[in-house]
Amino acid sequence: MKTSHYTPAFILFGSVAIVQLFTLVTGDTFYLTQLTMSAYYSLIVIGLCLLMGFAGQISLGHAGFFAIGGYTSAILTTLDLTPYTKTWLVASLAKLNILMSHEDLYGHLTLSVHPWAACCVAILLALCIAWAIGIPVLKLKGHYLAMATLGFGTIIYSIVLGTQRFGAADGISNVPAFPFFPGVSVSGDSSVRVVNYYFAWILVTAAMVVLANLIHSRVGRALRSIHGAEDAADAMGVDTARFKLYTFILSAVFAAIAGVFLTHFNGGIGPSEASIMKSIRYVAIVAVGGMGTIWGTLIMSVVLNFLSLRGYFGTFDDAVFGGILILIMLFAPDGIIGSDLRALVRKFIKRF
Amino acid sequence: MFLELFFQYLVAGLTYGTIYAIVGIGFNIIYNTTGIINFAQGEFVMLGGMTAVTLHAFLPLPLAILGAVLITMVIGGLIEIAFIRWLIKPSVLRMIIITIGISILIREGALAVWGEGVRSLPYFTGDEVSALSLGGVRLSPQVLWSVGVCFVIVLLLNLFFKYTMLGREMRACAANREAAALCGIPTRNMVSFSFVLSAGIGALAGCVVSPITYTQYNIGTGLAIKGFTVAILGGLGNSMAAVAAGFILGILESFSIWVLPTAYKDTISISILLAMLFIRPSGLFGNKEAMRLKDF
Repeated sequence: MKTSHYTPAFILFGSVAIVQLFTLVTGDTFYLTQLTMSAYYSLIVIGLCLLMGFAGQISLGHAGFFAIGGYTSAILTTLDLTPYTKTWLVASLAKLNILMSHEDLYGHLTLSVHPWAACCVAILLALCIAWAIGIPVLKLKGHYLAMATLGFGTIIYSIVLGTQRFGAADGISNVPAFPFFPGVSVSGDSSVRVVNYYFAWILVTAAMVVLANLIHSRVGRALRSIHGAEDAADAMGVDTARFKLYTFILSAVFAAIAGVFLTHFNGGIGPSEASIMKSIRYVAIVAVGGMGTIWGTLIMSVVLNFLSLRGYFGTFDDAVFGGILILIMLFAPDGIIGSDLRALVRKFIKRF
Repeated sequence: MFLELFFQYLVAGLTYGTIYAIVGIGFNIIYNTTGIINFAQGEFVMLGGMTAVTLHAFLPLPLAILGAVLITMVIGGLIEIAFIRWLIKPSVLRMIIITIGISILIREGALAVWGEGVRSLPYFTGDEVSALSLGGVRLSPQVLWSVGVCFVIVLLLNLFFKYTMLGREMRACAANREAAALCGIPTRNMVSFSFVLSAGIGALAGCVVSPITYTQYNIGTGLAIKGFTVAILGGLGNSMAAVAAGFILGILESFSIWVLPTAYKDTISISILLAMLFIRPSGLFGNKEAMRLKDF
């Protein structure tokens, strides 16, 4: 039945609308800002969930892809092309209508690449890098795979941190709004908060529908077979290398899209977005959600990201995620959601 | 002038090389007995340095170092007993995530205890400005200390694994765990002991290089990546090769500053790691055939 397949998506969107109405009634509309950011972070996490939970490949470098998306978009949309309008390249870009003029911090009119074009470039770049990195990296297994992806993440982080053009430790700020459609513009301005909230969640819902369909298709079954026993899957004629690569690229593209939109939403991006701790945090969320259920992962992602962004964990932010990782992996390697809670508690008590 | 600069870089490379080598050896000791890569290995180095600095406030230097090494060994043992000992055949993915979690907790704990400040032990002999002059090259005595300690560690480890009962039991455990258990070797205790041993070695290294490289709460992750690079470069599980690989990496890294900005220093070693993993995961000195038999 086709309808039951889409029920979770409807429930998701229904609860998104209910939350918005609820904040309207109570007057806590500022919560929507953190919920919007949580939505973008969730986009990375569900992509990673497909890679880790279904294809069974760990990645400790997904913050790198987020940073590639965010930084590419930030650089292209803040680069002032006004002095170069005479040159052939800029003139032809202007003719193609992919430049946009906007006011900078000091009220000067600057000319730079339109966010739509920048977004396309960012996604393409992330796709190409994921492709180039994915082919050799995904041949590795276990510790080697973990270390190689960790290495990739560290390289991106140190490049971002060490390059003056990328703003070094300060990052890039003053990124203009992203006029997505007429009337829908991705920015952190409080007047468009509700529109942005819905925009982000529509994006997440769409991504969830895509993933849910993928998982219930031939591809999803192939991925699960890879997770279960790669050699056996290979023997049965599943092109394991190709499926792993495509999953890796898809999750990287999800991360890049999240990076692009969150950068426009926040109006800037800093090197901490590329740090290893961010990558580990995404892995932690996938682990808590139960590797292999995208809906569980989405729920945990919204809860944990929202709590973290609201500052409920205080200075223990990283420690909370580290503790979560250990506890989940020790006592419930299949995640909290869907496992027998009473058995878990009994197991936990028996340990002490 | 050119030659002097060359040797100066070489000495700097050797200094960093020793610490990478020791972290690499720590990886190997645990990997050999358990098949686990302990992502918290770099944290032992940090803990050693930090504890020694704290103890040095009221103890003479040798006692402070001894105390730091012992405390870190106890912590290493406790970590194994609390988090790893009772798991029955855990998957590799699970172990990776658990040890990453442990490293985060240790780091955050260190941040809470010692704060963000950069600390260091005093120089073992002389001070910051005292230097030995070897044909125009100026050499801090501490460099000799760290290289010397590295060699003593390697020598003692070799003797330990060859001639003591405990060392032999650990090697048996590394060769075949089931068979070792059948021979009456308490394999679980061997695993605990391997954590204690590698924590102690890491802590000692942390103390020796602390005067030169300084100690901060967050140095662990970087050291873990470097140490892993060294372990891979030499061939996973081979401690002697790790020493050679450590010096190679340290020297390459130090010469890279000649051509690249310092900010990219880390990318050099990671690029080497990636290249190694892609082209020859068995390591420079490793055996391809033997590698295929290991599981990871």
